[in-house]
Order: sequence, then C-alpha cells, then structure tokens
Amino acid sequence: MLIWVLFKMALRSLVTHKLRTFLTALGIIIGVASVISMISIGEGARNQTQSTISKFGTNIITIKPGQQKSRHVTTGKVDTLTLDDANFVKENIPLITGVAAQVYRSAQLKFENKNTNTTVRGTGASYARLANFEMDRGRYFNAEEIRSAKRICVVGSTVLKNLFENRNPLGKTIKVDGKNFLVIGTTVSKGALSWFDPDDQIFIPITTAQKRVFGMDHVQSIDVQAGKIEDLEIIIEDITRVLRQKHDIAEDKDDDFYVQNSAQFLRSWEDSAKTFTYLLGGIAAISLMVGGIGIMNIMLVSVTERTREIGIRKAIGAKKKEILEQFLIESVLISFLGGGIGVLVGIGISRVVSGLGDWETVVSTQSILLAFGFSVAIGVFFGFYPANKAANLNPIDALRYE
Amino acid sequence: MIEVEKLTKIYQMGGQQVPALAGVDFRIEKGEFVAIMGPSGSGKSTLMNLLGCLDLPTSGIYRLENLNIQDLNPNQLADVRNHRIGFVFQSFNLLPRASALENTELPLLYGRVPKSKEIALKALERVGLAHRAKHNPTELSGGERQRVAIARALVNRPAIILADEPTGNLDSATGKEIMDLFQELNQESVTLILVTHEQEVAQQTKRVIHMKDGKIIADTSNGVESC
Repeated sequence: MLIWVLFKMALRSLVTHKLRTFLTALGIIIGVASVISMISIGEGARNQTQSTISKFGTNIITIKPGQQKSRHVTTGKVDTLTLDDANFVKENIPLITGVAAQVYRSAQLKFENKNTNTTVRGTGASYARLANFEMDRGRYFNAEEIRSAKRICVVGSTVLKNLFENRNPLGKTIKVDGKNFLVIGTTVSKGALSWFDPDDQIFIPITTAQKRVFGMDHVQSIDVQAGKIEDLEIIIEDITRVLRQKHDIAEDKDDDFYVQNSAQFLRSWEDSAKTFTYLLGGIAAISLMVGGIGIMNIMLVSVTERTREIGIRKAIGAKKKEILEQFLIESVLISFLGGGIGVLVGIGISRVVSGLGDWETVVSTQSILLAFGFSVAIGVFFGFYPANKAANLNPIDALRYE
Repeated sequence: MIEVEKLTKIYQMGGQQVPALAGVDFRIEKGEFVAIMGPSGSGKSTLMNLLGCLDLPTSGIYRLENLNIQDLNPNQLADVRNHRIGFVFQSFNLLPRASALENTELPLLYGRVPKSKEIALKALERVGLAHRAKHNPTELSGGERQRVAIARALVNRPAIILADEPTGNLDSATGKEIMDLFQELNQESVTLILVTHEQEVAQQTKRVIHMKDGKIIADTSNGVESC
C-alpha cells in the first residue's frame, strides 16, 4: 500500500526529470547492453567451434610423421610412419578401439566428359567409422579389398555433385590420375567448414593408394580412436612410448613423429575463450560500476534538492526506514529501467552482429538474468548511501532548508 | 493533555552552550486555543519543535496524553508525530508534485490507515477545498494552500495542531479566513497551539503565552492576567 504510493511517487519524480533519468540510466544501459551482446557473441562462437570439432570426434588422436615445432610447423623427415606402425600401435595399446592410417593427395578425377580436382584419401576399412562418415549409397571397402589393393572408391557428396550431378554413381568407373576406379559407395554430407570441405574427397583402399596411385610406402597420418575420452592422456603417452621403441629412438633423441588431439585443441580454445570472456566481463563490470556511480551522483543531488520534502515527510510521521525505502525505490527504478533497455539494446546488437557477419550469436536467458540482476544490485548498492543520507536528515534542519 | 515541567533545551554552538529554553512549565488542556508570542530568539520556535516532537529536550519532562515524550526513540517519535500532532507551517510545506488530495492523504499512508482516500477527501471538504482535490499546490492560491496544509494536519485526528506563523505568508483578508477556520476547528474541540508575533492573531485565541530569553514571562487568558 505505502510501497505502492512510494513507487508511484518515485516514478513521477523520474518522469518529471526525463532527460536526467535517461542520462543517469545510460551508464547502466551501456553496461548491460555490452554484457548481453558480448556474452551472446562469445557463446555463439563457442557453439560454432564446438560443433565443428565434434564433427571430427573429440576422441580421435592423430599421429603425424616428423617433428612438430611451435605453431604447427612440421619439420624433419615425413616418411617415418608406415602401415606397420599403425598395426603395431593397434596391437600394443589395449585402450584404443580403432586405428586408421591414411595417405592423401590432390588428384584429377574424370568421369565421361567431366573433370574435377579433389583430395584422394587412401584409408583402411575402419576409417569411415572413425571419421564419422555415414554411407549414403553402397558400402565402404573391406579388409579383403584392402589386402588385394583393389581399384575401387567411395565418393564424397561434393564430388558426387561435381562429377555425377548427383546421379547414382554405383558401378560406374571413374579415372583417378588416369587410372580406372570402380565406384562402390557414396557418403552422407557432413557440411563444409570455413577452411575445408570434408565432402570434397574420394576414399580408396590405402594399399591401392600407396602402390598404384601415389607410389609411396609410408603413411601421412594415423588416426587412433580412444575408447574413453578420459583415457586420452594415457593413450598419447602409450603411443609415444610404443613408437619410440619401435623406431629405436635413443633416450636423448627427439621423436620422429608427433601426436595431436582435437580435445587438446578444444581445451586450448576454451581456455582462450574463457580469458576473453573474463576480459569482456571485466569491461562490462567496469561500465556497470561507472553507471552505478552516475546513479549515486544523481541521487545525492536529488536528496539535496528534496531536503525540504524529506523534512515535511518526517514532520508528518515518516520513519527513517520509509524515507530510505522511497529513495532506494527511485535508484532501483532507474537501474531497472536501464537494465531493461540495456537488455533490449544488447539483444539488438547481437541480432545485428549475426545479421551482418556470418556469425552465430546466442542470447541466453542466463545472461539476461545475470545482467538484469546485476543492474538492480547496482541500483541498491549505489542508491543506499544517498538514501541513507536522506533518511538520517534532521527534520528541523530539513524543514528550514531553502 | 500537555504537561511541561522544567523543560530546557541547550544548543552547542562552537564549544559554547546556548540555552534556547531555560526551564519552562505549563499545562494545556484539551480544547484550548493558545498563542505563543515573543521576539525572535525568545525560544518560541524551540518550544514548538519540542512540542511537535521534532526534537528532544536537554532536560525536563514533556507529557503528551500521558506519554513521556523525552523517553521515546526516533521511530516512536515519528509515530507520535503521525498520530497525535498536526503541523501547519508558515510556508505551507506541501509536496509540490502531489495533488491536494495526495498531500492530505500522506499522513494516513504513513500511518497505514485504511480507506485513506475517503478520509482525506472528507478533510478537504472540511476546509472547503473538495473541489480542488486534484490540483497541485502550484495551481492553488496561498490561502488554498494553507487550507490544504490544515486539512493535512487534521486528517489523522491529532491531539493537537501546532501552527507556526500560519498567516505570516498571507494577506490580511486570507489570513483572517484561516484564523476563522481555526476558530471553527477549536469550537469542534480541536486543541490548537500557534506561534505568532502578530497581536491581532494572538487576540483571536483564548490564551496567550509570552516568552522572552527562553522563559515564560506572561501567561494570559482572554487578555486577562492569570498568573
């Protein structure tokens, strides 16, 4: 009842000083809008990266030949890994559930009068399972076909479109660098990523690739699938130990291969994303703080201006608590208003960002509640000192104030 | 109704003690109409502040309807101001952004009295301003403003109404109207105490207390010396 009247009076005093109210709320508006929009952009980027990485599977460890120097630059010999190594790893590490060695190279494909340039990937039979490729038509090649180095291939959906215009290619023969290959299957599209299109490739048995197409006896990478994601670290250690042993590397020499994992990439990405979020959060917190100080400033002015009003209220029986409430309601109202407008502006900004760039944004309910709650807390915190000052005024002095 | 014994108030001013009220004794009964007169610095404003429970005495006893005011805490004092005292000021002291009705209603809201709007409207009716209830003080004349202030003072049915130079800011005709209103209220047995330095105003009351240097120098009834 009384609260409602105080609320109405606070609202009236804010409406009377529209410009002042708006300018006071502006700090909070900017703060909240930046919190909302920054969190939404960060969230969106995170979602995007996570879904990208999970397309490859986070439980895959990749072994590559040579040494990895800083920043992913590979140096040293590139022919240190063989199919033997892949089998050796598979047999000696029980925690892994699959191994797929690969060779790959760009090659010219030809079907009837159509040409296309694509990646030819020589793989083992379990590669499709490891790399999350599902079969659309036909089947993947089996162990027997790999042993006999058959000239057969499975084509990705981009190649299917470019070469066959999406017609059924099963049983057709295509030329890979001039050699005939029988198409036995097609894969379901995974969707292109910004830096590469996993559907723009064909798969052939690794033995065929080594002997008949590329003319090499080493492999370019070995994918290892971990049974459980918690075992990743142990498996990476095991791989290093087993391969050093097999390659006869002396204690004081470096590895002639390196091991990498998408989970590590994900983790380091998340670390930097977290740092970034803290940074943005810090900036937003500072601007909210500045907004709060603005509220305190104006509320102090308002208390001074209304000293006489406070005196009148006290004379007719207002208690200290009721004066405190009145001014707190006003400051919370300002920050609430600022928070509300800020949320709308923040949502607007993230809409614009996702509209302009090819950038996903996610406005979470949590971030709205957080920003809103924070701005109300700011109103209470920075409104308390002026309100308390008002409540503690001596009624006689306040009544005499000109 | 009001009993004051050896009431003193001493202010600290730059290390010096200034006695504004130097031991005052009097009684005021229900239904009285008292004027307090005296030159500035005589202590009449200090006495009004103490009687209005806006301030506490340095020593002495102030009993209002059997309540020992000097023993109360600030919240209890606020309650006493709200329920038992009505103030009328020289400069009206209305809230500028609230209507006449809202101004009148305010003590009821702080007192958490139900049906406050109806009661406030009745009080405005009593002072003849029901038709101006929706107007803000800036839209009212001086006399009308003081009537609103009186309605506000009346609305909680207080034991006493304290008026501090209620006609000081009004022309003589309007001042007379206000004094007539006070007379009417007094006939309805409302207890009134007013501070004034105008002899004509004081003459319209039933009893005049003269003060000087923080003391009562004369207490006359209907112009006749009583003590």
